[in-house]
Amino acid sequence: MISVKPVRRSETEWEIPPSGNMQVPVIIYATERLINDMDRKVFEQATNVAALPGIVKASYAMPDAHWGYGFPIGGVAAFDADRGGVVSAGGVGFDISCGVRTLITGIDRQALEPLKERLADELFHTIPAGLGRTGDIRLNTKEMKAMLAGGAQWAVAQGYGRHEDLQRIESEGCMEDAVPSAVSDRAKLRQRDEMGTLGSGNHYLEVQEVQELFDQEVGETFGIAPGDVLVSIHCGSRGLGHQIGTEFLKKMVLSAGQHGIRLPDRELACAPIDSNIGQAYLGAMRAGINCALANRQILTHLARRAFSRVFPEADLRLLYDVSHNTCKVEEHLVEGKPRRLYVHRKGATRAFGPGHRDLPEDLKATGQPVLIGGSMGTSSYILTGTRESEERSFGSACHGAGRAMSRNAAKRQWQGRQVIDALAKRGILIRSPSLRGVAEEAPGAYKEVSEVVDAADHAGLSRKVARLGPVVCIKG
Amino acid sequence: MWEHFHHEADIGIRGRGATLESAFEQGAVGLTAVITNPDSVKPGQQIRIRCSAPDLELLFADWLNALIFEMSSRRMLFSRFQVEIQGNELIAVAWGEPVDRARHQPAVEVKGATYTALSVGPVDGGRSWQAQAVVDV
Repeated sequence: MISVKPVRRSETEWEIPPSGNMQVPVIIYATERLINDMDRKVFEQATNVAALPGIVKASYAMPDAHWGYGFPIGGVAAFDADRGGVVSAGGVGFDISCGVRTLITGIDRQALEPLKERLADELFHTIPAGLGRTGDIRLNTKEMKAMLAGGAQWAVAQGYGRHEDLQRIESEGCMEDAVPSAVSDRAKLRQRDEMGTLGSGNHYLEVQEVQELFDQEVGETFGIAPGDVLVSIHCGSRGLGHQIGTEFLKKMVLSAGQHGIRLPDRELACAPIDSNIGQAYLGAMRAGINCALANRQILTHLARRAFSRVFPEADLRLLYDVSHNTCKVEEHLVEGKPRRLYVHRKGATRAFGPGHRDLPEDLKATGQPVLIGGSMGTSSYILTGTRESEERSFGSACHGAGRAMSRNAAKRQWQGRQVIDALAKRGILIRSPSLRGVAEEAPGAYKEVSEVVDAADHAGLSRKVARLGPVVCIKG
Repeated sequence: MWEHFHHEADIGIRGRGATLESAFEQGAVGLTAVITNPDSVKPGQQIRIRCSAPDLELLFADWLNALIFEMSSRRMLFSRFQVEIQGNELIAVAWGEPVDRARHQPAVEVKGATYTALSVGPVDGGRSWQAQAVVDV
């Protein structure tokens, strides 16, 4: 594939016009600096995606796009089943429905300060984090099936959380048309004792303070004000999702030839939506989404328990729950006509604007909260979806900053203890079972998220509402 | 020998050896090194692994994915490997022990082996073999 330099279309929009096998252009939303810093592999990968069968409108890359697997991370692509469109396991990724949810605690920073050490210890004790840590929940075959079909709705029915939480989760906490039987026994085995666990790597539970409010009106509707304490949870579908991704990637690579699909990169493995394998993947992937939603719901329950021991008056309300790695069937206008599309978001957040029919009534005026995670010492952001994003990126925005430095480089540069001490001096408490894990996740190993958020705001993909600073971070 | 190579978001692992089998074995040590120091993992318990794939590259990814599955489902880490490859079939023994969070300080769990930068083949003018892949963490 020829490497092409994107052409500037506006201050924050860049295009690689169709050439060769490309069916549609590549559109990248970024500032000049972000595009100059972007790995050239992003252009190559987004160009490869533009050549997949049945792709509609464009292959999009968000301002935080970086080199991924097949699809760029920060990639968005929609396919039409009626025009030979495909579904791609690589386009969703291994950590199916990895995402972020943010809770409003009703506590302010002043009340938190004298008790934050105790809260950090309580959370670390209550939330299973890191490799080798199991959850307390064991599901038998029947319960596993019910969880995979029901997602967060299942979790709430089991007593994990409240009914009103469901209004604030995409698809009301349950991905329809999940097919638990399409999930292999090996995937279920990996999940056996992982329900309600945080995982490791860049996954975390963070207690945050609202440090800056950009939009008073939306802030009021969301129920947040400067000084408020929030809790954000970043994790995904654990071993079950990883195994589904692994197995279908191979199946799709092996069957591509049969379906007449030529893959420029094996990682782009995909299958026609209407094929047996495409349908099996969709069923399994949706079950994976439900697993992630149930998992974040159980973690919410655990966070509430830990909070209540330190702050009996705390009332943790769910602001919203977003998923980053998904393929969802959505209706979008294409050349003025509504079309049913399979929208892949790989490291990108759904960002529906005001009035969207899938939003709960109390968020219809503001648009969907878009939650952007940071890394221990760095800021997180709350944005809101826009109507423009529905035209510009199938209602999608960025998801986070991405790494600036590899794990090995970070490990060479920092010691875990040194990172923890430096953050403690800034008033940020870290709790983690692994010092090496902390070093590899050092805030300095990540790009600055503010520029990504500003670019998304400028490009109209979402609007800035609030900036959050970390106070306590539980790392896996 | 094994080494890690750069990937923007994740980590690449590369095994090298005099034979195809030893490149696969070294790649597996490199996989463990993503999580912890392989020298800290006692090779006390053994498990058997079998996988097959239509070509050597997919076989290497399958081998890593089989180990990831065993690590995840058994809560174990592995440090010694013996691989036999016949045609498209791999039969292996891996030695390791249950995860000890205090001693191993596991940095990260590996989600899966990807097909990115995946390659297997002879290097050094055919004097040795190399197998590599990027793993998602």
